[in-house]
Amino acid sequence: MTETISPAGDVQLPDDAFDADQAEGLVTSVSPGRMAVRRFRRHKLAVVSLIVFLAIAIIVILAPITTRYGQIERLPAIGNKVGNSPPSWKAWFGTDDLNRDLYSRIIWGGRVSLLIGIAVAVVSSIVGTAVGAIAGLRGGFLDDALMRTTDLFLAFPTLVLLLVLRSMFSSLKWLKWLFGDLNSIRFIVVLLSILTWMGTARIVRGVVLSLKEREFVEASRALGASNSRIIMRHLIPNSIGPIIVSLTLAVVGAIVAESTLAFFGFGIDPVYATSWGGLLSDAKGAVIVGRWWLVVFPCAIFVLTILCVNFIGDGLRDAFDPKQDRSH
Amino acid sequence: MAEEPVLSLADFRVSFPTDDGDVLAVRGVDLDVGPGELVGIVGESGSGKSVTFLGVMGLLPKSAKITGSAKVMGQELVGAKKEVIRSVRGENIAMIFQDPLSALNPVLRIGPQIVEMIQSHRSMSKSAASEHAIELLDLVGIPQPKTRARQYPHEFSGGMRQRVMIAMAIANDPKVLIADEPTTALDVTVQAQILEVIQRIQRELQAAVVFITHDLGVIARVADRVQVMYAGRAVERADIDHLFIKPTHPYTRGLLDSLPALGGERLKPIAGAPPNMLNPPSGCAFRARCTHAAPQCANGDMALVAFNGSETACVRIQELVTEGAL
Amino acid sequence: MLRYILRRMLWLIPTLFVVTFLAFCALRIGTDPLASFLKQNPRASLANIKQYKSVNGLNGTIPEQYFHWLRHFVTGNWGRSIKGSTPVWPDLKHAMANTAVLGLFSSGLGIFFGLSIGIIAALRQYSKFDSVSSTGAFVALSIPPYISAIVLQLIFAVYFTRWFNLDHPFLPTSGIYPPGHHGFDLILRVKYMILPGVVVAIQTLAVYSRYMRASLLEVKNSEYMRTARAKGISERRVIFRHALRNALIPVTTFAALDIGAIIGGLVITENIFGYPGMGVFFLKAFNNGDYPQLMPWLVIVAIALILFNLVADVVYAFLDPRIRLA
Repeated sequence: MTETISPAGDVQLPDDAFDADQAEGLVTSVSPGRMAVRRFRRHKLAVVSLIVFLAIAIIVILAPITTRYGQIERLPAIGNKVGNSPPSWKAWFGTDDLNRDLYSRIIWGGRVSLLIGIAVAVVSSIVGTAVGAIAGLRGGFLDDALMRTTDLFLAFPTLVLLLVLRSMFSSLKWLKWLFGDLNSIRFIVVLLSILTWMGTARIVRGVVLSLKEREFVEASRALGASNSRIIMRHLIPNSIGPIIVSLTLAVVGAIVAESTLAFFGFGIDPVYATSWGGLLSDAKGAVIVGRWWLVVFPCAIFVLTILCVNFIGDGLRDAFDPKQDRSH
Repeated sequence: MAEEPVLSLADFRVSFPTDDGDVLAVRGVDLDVGPGELVGIVGESGSGKSVTFLGVMGLLPKSAKITGSAKVMGQELVGAKKEVIRSVRGENIAMIFQDPLSALNPVLRIGPQIVEMIQSHRSMSKSAASEHAIELLDLVGIPQPKTRARQYPHEFSGGMRQRVMIAMAIANDPKVLIADEPTTALDVTVQAQILEVIQRIQRELQAAVVFITHDLGVIARVADRVQVMYAGRAVERADIDHLFIKPTHPYTRGLLDSLPALGGERLKPIAGAPPNMLNPPSGCAFRARCTHAAPQCANGDMALVAFNGSETACVRIQELVTEGAL
Repeated sequence: MLRYILRRMLWLIPTLFVVTFLAFCALRIGTDPLASFLKQNPRASLANIKQYKSVNGLNGTIPEQYFHWLRHFVTGNWGRSIKGSTPVWPDLKHAMANTAVLGLFSSGLGIFFGLSIGIIAALRQYSKFDSVSSTGAFVALSIPPYISAIVLQLIFAVYFTRWFNLDHPFLPTSGIYPPGHHGFDLILRVKYMILPGVVVAIQTLAVYSRYMRASLLEVKNSEYMRTARAKGISERRVIFRHALRNALIPVTTFAALDIGAIIGGLVITENIFGYPGMGVFFLKAFNNGDYPQLMPWLVIVAIALILFNLVADVVYAFLDPRIRLA
């Protein structure tokens, strides 16, 4: 035994902070992707929501098969009524004042609303991710400009902003190539995208700022990687979780924003299409006269869809960010 | 041990239920700490050393399952009523933590945080308690204690904060002080000062100290006895001199070899990683990483047995010593 | 502190300048009062048009018009609305008062119950109450205000009235008093505010219960909570003095921001219920392209947002000693 005692010696083993949360990490080495799927599946409401949402999406996509009548097809008189007839075998959800089948119109409307939601989410995610990543990485003027503008925009009531921007953009003739006709689907999608991308940009910027200081980014920078390479190879793959979560939230945001506009009469012109927002706007007039079916069915389907997407987003957040608590 | 132990653990076990089964964090630990004794607990991450004493203090999440026995001054704490545990902790047994910044409430001044500790166990007027708090701050070596008592935790340096934690812990003259890695988050020079404060407290207040650390160097400086833990169990218990000169467990040997020696010999880290505590192996948990592992290591209950003045859980200890392997 | 507040107040002026200029441009580009004037008076003479333009400050380029408006605005000459030619300030004042009453009534209810629910849910994490209230809050947040508004109207104004055979609606759906009513009447006022108040309160409640729960859960897991428990103080004291005191800091800051947003933020609810507040004021003025009404509206909403932003920062610094305003 020749060992000499070295009193100042330091054995830096990792510290002993052990708790139930970490126990999970000790279990086995599972790939991050599978861990995410596992955590998502633990969020039961998110799983149920995903199934319900997929069912709604399929019904809506297969509208030519799943509907019973055309979008603006007027039914022949039901009983002695040629409009506003309550639910019956001929029209499961009843009919509106022009005697159009509400059940079919909800499905047709869902096509429009989901299309808008997904289109806006995709556009604003692409733009938002690009701008957010560059702003976070470069800092400086672009970053300041992004933050100040979004601060300003986020502070004002959404409806007020939407209305002001809508009227402004529709008056600028030289923007017509981008917006198309006033109150067309394209107009609404572009308008909502302009408002939505900023939220994504802020989220991505935050993620990039925190990732930027991490060693693997520093290392690749030290090795001479360009900004665009760092963004493509490191930042975006590592911030894919928050981006997907904000994408789902953007779907909800866009569907709700469109229906808000429609509710106040600034939505898609019925000449082009009828969205869920349009049906909700019709529901407004049906309340006082007590035509409950015109209120209950569109509202129920609308809220159910929003709720499902929100729960899916919540489940995804749990899946990608294990630190958040996962109780629902 | 001649005197009645102030802290006594027997077959102490802690497990955490998870979706995949119970994580067995502590698997039957025995320990007796006499009055005024300074016992070191050494082990690496996940060895269960912190969990053991958080369990004794009743500070683990509710989901933790605790069995066995833990007595402080003869009072059984496992399965005791909440009020009983509450009256014991802070009074007879107190604890200081690794990171003093997050362990102190950021929005309360230092003085009131100590006063709260005093008043919850002593019927003392607020002014008398404040007075006592200032004395305590002075005792742990905080200059200008009167002014400092009116400051917030973020206005203190790391070492000063740890002194505050110590002052708070000893406010009611506890018989047992549990120090959970108290120097890990500190600079080396500050570490020495904090160790000195802890030793002085131990001497002057005659408090027993349980010093939890992964740093054998720190242990060598302060401890009377050392208990080495691995995978939720004690693998060796020995006086400090015995442990460093004649370790009686291959794991302890490994820890010593991984210390940087003055002579300039290269460090020899222990290969491998600790076992998964969801399904810890039967027999000796260290055998997967042990260079001396043999078939008989997979059997037996691995209880500590006396050997050459130490106690060890190694079943091959006699052969290993004969071979000169340790 | 005072210097900080003064400096922030000074920033108010350039900020308002930029915001009003941008808004003016957006409004003048987007809306054309002259066009609606011509629509109503298709045979207006050139002299009529000229007079109309000069009365309403529509001469020159948009920046010129802005400075024309600004000069009058800062000298207290807020002018008259384009439509109906009524003075702007008295209408705006009433709208503000009405919105403040509705906002404080509903937010008061929502915040009080939201915080209570959030606290209970966090203290009993994973309990039935927790899962029901968390899911409930999530559902409530997925219901846009116009949907809850029309569903509540359908139930309480239409069907309750039918079921109970009332000759007037069980709960009124529009306005703040029945048509033709004069003077103040507390009971009527409250009765008219119930439905819009509930719509706003549901959302507020949901937001605050989630926020409070998250904040308290985070604090619950912090190390100073462990220290507080280790002191052996009562659980009630641990919760109130250590947990809630810390958990309420971000919630209070959030509430300050939120209250600042009320003044312009109830556009949807007010419009559905015909409640004559700032939201209805805005939408009416907007539909008429009435910028003499819209601009003061915007200035007031912006000032409220910026001021309460400052209030939030000051409150934060006041509650959390770690924050220094500089």
